[in-house]
Amino acid sequence: MRQGIEPEAINTIVSEFGGKPELLVQILQAIVTRHGWVPEDAIRRLAFELNLSRADVYGVVNYYHDFRTEPPGKHIVKICQAEACQAMGSRALTAHAHESLGASFHETSDDVTLEPVYCLGNCACAPAIMIDNKTHGRVDASRFDSLVEGLRESG
Amino acid sequence: MAATKIYVPRETSAVSVGADEVAVAIAREAKKSGVRIELIRNGSWGASWLEPLVEVEVDGVRIAYANVTPDDVAGLFAAGLGGEHDKRLGPVNEIPYLINQDRWTFWRCGLTDPLSLEDFGLHQGFKALEKAFADGPQAILDAVTASGLRGRGGAGFPTGIKWQTVADTEGDQKYIACNADEGDSGTFSDRLLMEGDPLGLIESMAIAGFAVGASRGYIYLRSEYPLTHRILTRALELAREGGWLGEDILGSGFGFDIELHLGAGSYVCGEETAMLESLEGKKGIVRYKPPLPAHEGLFGKPTVVNNVVTLASVPNIVNLGGERYAGMGVNRSKGTLAFQLAGNIRRGGLVEKAFGVTVRELIDEYGGGTASGRPIKAVQIGGPLGAYLPAEQLDTPLDYEAFTEIGAMIGHGGIVVFDDTADMAQQARFAMEFCAIESCGKCTPCRIGSTRGVEVIDKMVAGDSRDENYDLLVELCDTMEDASLCAMGGMTPYPVRSVLKHFAEDFASSGGKQ
Repeated sequence: MRQGIEPEAINTIVSEFGGKPELLVQILQAIVTRHGWVPEDAIRRLAFELNLSRADVYGVVNYYHDFRTEPPGKHIVKICQAEACQAMGSRALTAHAHESLGASFHETSDDVTLEPVYCLGNCACAPAIMIDNKTHGRVDASRFDSLVEGLRESG
Repeated sequence: MAATKIYVPRETSAVSVGADEVAVAIAREAKKSGVRIELIRNGSWGASWLEPLVEVEVDGVRIAYANVTPDDVAGLFAAGLGGEHDKRLGPVNEIPYLINQDRWTFWRCGLTDPLSLEDFGLHQGFKALEKAFADGPQAILDAVTASGLRGRGGAGFPTGIKWQTVADTEGDQKYIACNADEGDSGTFSDRLLMEGDPLGLIESMAIAGFAVGASRGYIYLRSEYPLTHRILTRALELAREGGWLGEDILGSGFGFDIELHLGAGSYVCGEETAMLESLEGKKGIVRYKPPLPAHEGLFGKPTVVNNVVTLASVPNIVNLGGERYAGMGVNRSKGTLAFQLAGNIRRGGLVEKAFGVTVRELIDEYGGGTASGRPIKAVQIGGPLGAYLPAEQLDTPLDYEAFTEIGAMIGHGGIVVFDDTADMAQQARFAMEFCAIESCGKCTPCRIGSTRGVEVIDKMVAGDSRDENYDLLVELCDTMEDASLCAMGGMTPYPVRSVLKHFAEDFASSGGKQ
């Protein structure tokens, strides 16, 4: 699961963005969207292709929360940790998620990676979670369980 | 017989509670029962607590049904579309929550199909841009200045002065950078606008570009809004296809186009200079000011950086005149703000009202009190850097200066309600913890101070030299406030101080780290 990305795949993405170093954040977003994470060899490749130092690219990768440097599980479950969700029981929901998934934040269990997120903009339908880029609102423990159950069934 | 129009919002909150599944069920039921319908995926009206809010048009009146589930759909058809049903609210334009607002900026949200150029055109779409071309740039700058509009992202800087500065600054290239990095908890007005009226935002940015002489615009959208990204991407395509973006728009000689950029999960990138760094492909590290972005912004060029709602307030200012906008509101807080009722509230959603309304009016009359039915303990206004107000401060009118006087801020207008079960010591701790997680690291008070803040609060909660640590925490707040480079470190003390002032007893009774 720790395989890198084919150099050609990186080159394709870089050329889609016109090889512009000022689009590095957008290029990395595209890599994460398609590949799930940013492997070490991608950092080298990007530095070469964009004529940036490896330190420049590494700095950007390291700065943003979205740019994972470890491969995630097949599914990513994010639980909002911000205030509006806290006011509606997100702390208890988070504790429930840790227990039911058997994973702390940034851990993967049974192909599900659990991550914190700080606001999904769904604050009037709190608590909110995001599963594989889809936001779900009014999530209590039983709804959480059935959403995760749905992931298992879909494979 | 014409097809019956049925509206199901495509907006994130509605979809997060099942709107897509309801839309599928409606299409299926229509096919099964042989009823001709036209399914329209509109924006949300912002009455989030009613979502999914389905509307059926009968004789030109849109009948609303609240909290519809796929299981309700067969019943809606059986009752005859528009007919009696447990979830029927009546005409959408008679819902008190919606009609008692001052909808200046959000008036198209919910009303229209956000991805229809035709519908946009039927609702004054691009009229303001055409008027701008007719009136000329200075007339637009004057109207915005006369409106008293201030930046809705939180800082409240007068928009007219910012635009005039960029217009007056020499530059071979100027930019409009729309800040859509809406990271404050309790806020979703930018998202609601972009999903409900994306073409309106595009028009607004083109007007700004025309007024200041900028040919390129950027929208910096946070990555936590993937659905918004899809809607905006499509809206930009539509605008280009319709000739509303590109070279020589409407034969005016003015050319303008917009690039949509995604953030990557960094709260500080909502700070304008960090956002510019990120737009340049770099780490979102805050810049020193001066130079102001209006003089040296994106790629060193004169740049208007405005929040989504600020920009979207402009077309009606152009159409109806700046004085009309300035006629609403109080003191130096002119016009309207899209308040967002969130957290533990019965009727959460967006309420666009003229400034001057009190927090209590919004929470009681619109919000209907807490969702849990328990008493309110605290209300956080203005996101994670905003103060927690105790119940006795809720009669404060929403006015930038009135909030400054009580050590609070309105920010982006998010109002997050907590009931009496909240542990305020933990909320103070979270403020410091969030700052530690999100600090860009450039300045020491923010980078180090936030981590020390968490430690000090943990000691207070544990009962370790509570009085000495109280003093230490106050001193730490002073240092962060006085010496941080931007609002991240400089305002994290606001929520902490408000807890120290109003809820100090919670440090003794706190359940500790959760």
